[in-house]
Amino acid sequence: MATTTIAPAERENYLNKEYGLGSWLLTTDHKRIALLYLISITFFFFIGGFFALLIRLELLTPAGDLVQADTYNKLFTQHGQVMVFFFLIPSIPAVLGNFLVPMMIGAKDLAFPRINLLSWYLYIAGGALMMHAMLTGGVDTGWTFYTPFSTAFSNTKVIEAGLAIFIAGFSSILTGLNFVVTIHRMRAPGMTWSRLPLFIWAHYATSIIQILGTPVIAITLVLVVAERALHLGIFDPKLGGDPLLFQHLFWFYSHPAVYIMILPSMGVVSEIIACFARKRIFGYTFVAISSLSIAVFGFLVWAHHMFVAGISVYAALVFSLLSYSVAVPSAIKVFNWTATLYKGSIHYDAPMLYAFGFLGLFTIGGLTGLFLACLGVDMHVHDTYFVIAHFHYIMVGGALMGYLGGMHFWWPKISGKLYPEGWARLAALIVFIGFNLTFFPQFILGYLGMPRRYYQYPPEFQVLNVLSTAGATVLGIGYLLPMIYFLWSMRYGKPAPDNPWNAAGLEWQTQSPPTTFNFEKEPVVTWEAYNYDEIDAGHKEEVPVVG
Amino acid sequence: MRVTKRRSPLSDSNVAVQTSVHEDVHRPELLHHFADPQQQRNSASLGMWIFLATEVMFFGGLFCAYLIYRNWYYADFAAASKSINAALGGTNTAVLICSSLTVVLAIWAAETSRRALMLAMLALTMFFGLGFLGIKGVEYHDKFVEHHVPGPSFSFEHEQIPGHPGQYANPQHAEIFFALYFIMTGLHALHMIVGLGIFTWLFVMAWKGRFTPEYHTPLEIGGLYWHFVDIIWIYLFPLLYLIDRHP
Amino acid sequence: MSVHATSSPLKTYFAVWVTLLIGTFLTYEVAKIDLGVFNSAVALTIACIKALLVALFFMHLRHASEKLLKVVVISTLFFLFILLSLSMADYATRGTGASTVSFLIAHIKAILPA
Repeated sequence: MATTTIAPAERENYLNKEYGLGSWLLTTDHKRIALLYLISITFFFFIGGFFALLIRLELLTPAGDLVQADTYNKLFTQHGQVMVFFFLIPSIPAVLGNFLVPMMIGAKDLAFPRINLLSWYLYIAGGALMMHAMLTGGVDTGWTFYTPFSTAFSNTKVIEAGLAIFIAGFSSILTGLNFVVTIHRMRAPGMTWSRLPLFIWAHYATSIIQILGTPVIAITLVLVVAERALHLGIFDPKLGGDPLLFQHLFWFYSHPAVYIMILPSMGVVSEIIACFARKRIFGYTFVAISSLSIAVFGFLVWAHHMFVAGISVYAALVFSLLSYSVAVPSAIKVFNWTATLYKGSIHYDAPMLYAFGFLGLFTIGGLTGLFLACLGVDMHVHDTYFVIAHFHYIMVGGALMGYLGGMHFWWPKISGKLYPEGWARLAALIVFIGFNLTFFPQFILGYLGMPRRYYQYPPEFQVLNVLSTAGATVLGIGYLLPMIYFLWSMRYGKPAPDNPWNAAGLEWQTQSPPTTFNFEKEPVVTWEAYNYDEIDAGHKEEVPVVG
Repeated sequence: MRVTKRRSPLSDSNVAVQTSVHEDVHRPELLHHFADPQQQRNSASLGMWIFLATEVMFFGGLFCAYLIYRNWYYADFAAASKSINAALGGTNTAVLICSSLTVVLAIWAAETSRRALMLAMLALTMFFGLGFLGIKGVEYHDKFVEHHVPGPSFSFEHEQIPGHPGQYANPQHAEIFFALYFIMTGLHALHMIVGLGIFTWLFVMAWKGRFTPEYHTPLEIGGLYWHFVDIIWIYLFPLLYLIDRHP
Repeated sequence: MSVHATSSPLKTYFAVWVTLLIGTFLTYEVAKIDLGVFNSAVALTIACIKALLVALFFMHLRHASEKLLKVVVISTLFFLFILLSLSMADYATRGTGASTVSFLIAHIKAILPA
């Protein structure tokens, strides 16, 4: 697995094979589609981030003085909807997954390339409809669309937003379908299940959730739209309906959805830790099985979002118990990653810094989930900033850190260029500091009783809120830096070798950037995953520091 | 090097197998990213089955809502159910069952190179599908005329609860039944219409002679979709039409 | 998918078709008899058998080349079952006791000092 020398002239690759808008908009190359997604989700990240900025600005002062209450409702609703449905859920699967899954298993493309393109167009259509809804009035129901407010009382663009998410949901379903069929049918000879990178196992598990869960929120949104348009009474208590039915159907998807958001990130972390500790992931089988377990268990716990909504106490007990058990596979992963680090040869490149950040922050977020699974505690902190801090620790401290780590790790492969390592490490540090400054105070705020979705608060909470907003500013800078230097690197970065990290994995056996069909000859796999001992035995030199 | 046998995808064999990356120039249907037609066919089949899994969950949410309200408002649901035409519903069930038969016969015909039979069976399938939609249209019309369509003109006054003379159904609860009835059967009808579109395209492909005993994958996966639509109706019929049909 | 174990698939198809029609007729007629709560059970049982016949024979699940397709079907039904049963766990036990909040409040009050 030699690192080749820097190529002097530019070789043909998937980026320069064809130019022109048509060659991009009608591509079936999974790598180009991944980049189309990269541009689109980055756009929506800015939109969601913009709403977050306004929220944090409003919360600098206890009074509601920046925006009106109705506007604030739209801010947190749209921040949630955009970030969840148009950024986090697609992010790693649609960008890194699309790019890497075929290469990691030794295939030329996904099983259904045209459906892959269709997925992107559905995402764009949903996104466009969502932008239109937000620009022509917005939505103020909370990202959770609870009835009967969303169906009978809200005066905002609920139907449009619901349809937008419905359409984007099919993008998610088709991506998941594509991955499952690809992983089952298109593995190269010798690429047995136990040799698959854990990134693949993670995406397989994610795809199962996308396939089985997303249709349920799709039909729920159909019911919401129908109820709102036709004044039905399915969720309206005044007409004999049950608002909790909406919540059951909504959370049946939306809880597994959070595992859609975290599992791919866990896959990325496995790849990064193995590479930068130069060791096979400890307990490979346990990590693989735990990915599947998270996918399955994740479907059994949804009503923990409804503990105080009016479900029966017996149901609450059952769901509380199940919610504790879903933490076990996640914990198994954290233990295995930690064990991998033990006696490893650790390198502190930027991807590894993000992985370290993930380990700590995901653990904190996950542990606070256990607090919430306890009925007594949940009664106290439900709908407070404690919950907000909990899920941001996992989604931002976990999922987003994994995404950024993965983007850094595979950037040389994707772009053929090296990013500046010094700036990258600085950015990682800024993100980590900014993140903790933003969200740790929110745990305290929530515990002290500050409710979520309120634009004003008692004055004694101001100090913590100001800290949080300051942190958000730092965090924003940390996010901007990679965007700048990634773009910079595309023009001015050093050309990347085919395998700058000396990493294991079939994707690193391809050119940087890869050719359109990835492999010149179909690879035949005869080695185990993460065979770093073999790789490093053949090479005495250190992993080169890039940038 | 011609394609040699591929080990079963779920095997954990350590043996490396050499395969070819040459495309079979005599098989234009073989897409470039597949190594051989078998892999392509197996992928298409798995893909369609997974899509049907998503459809099961899609309808599943509606079944969940239906079961909960049927439990809550059994008497009112029974009254509402009695007012829809079970004979037409039953006929429609039979129509779809016949259409499923014609689908498998069309595939059998493709497998045994019987072009005329294949075309006839495809056409018959579509005929049955149109028949289903026609009967559905009649049912919907009846409901419209009787003011059982949820909305401003909905009316369900003085409808007796089956088995309880003198007791009348709650119109609000009955409206929930009809809302679910129209959404469930409407969504099902929408899937039928899509199915008819698919089979029209399959008919055109068959007419052009694109299907052979070796390659008729689109027929197979179109058939899977059609059978699924049939299965949904197999559940909808007793649940919606036959809550309480005691005389 | 192209391998059929039976020597005459046509016979199987027609047999299944007739069974399905009989099942439909039975469902319709049995509904007219008063079996109390068993009416739904009978109707749904017949529906399940019909669905199974369509899946196994018309959709060729019986002779599927590998177990994977059956795993897909069974997993899907399992998750559908989870949706239905865990939701019903809430609905079936409501009204039989307190809501979670009042339950917790009552117990907390009981252990708090006066």
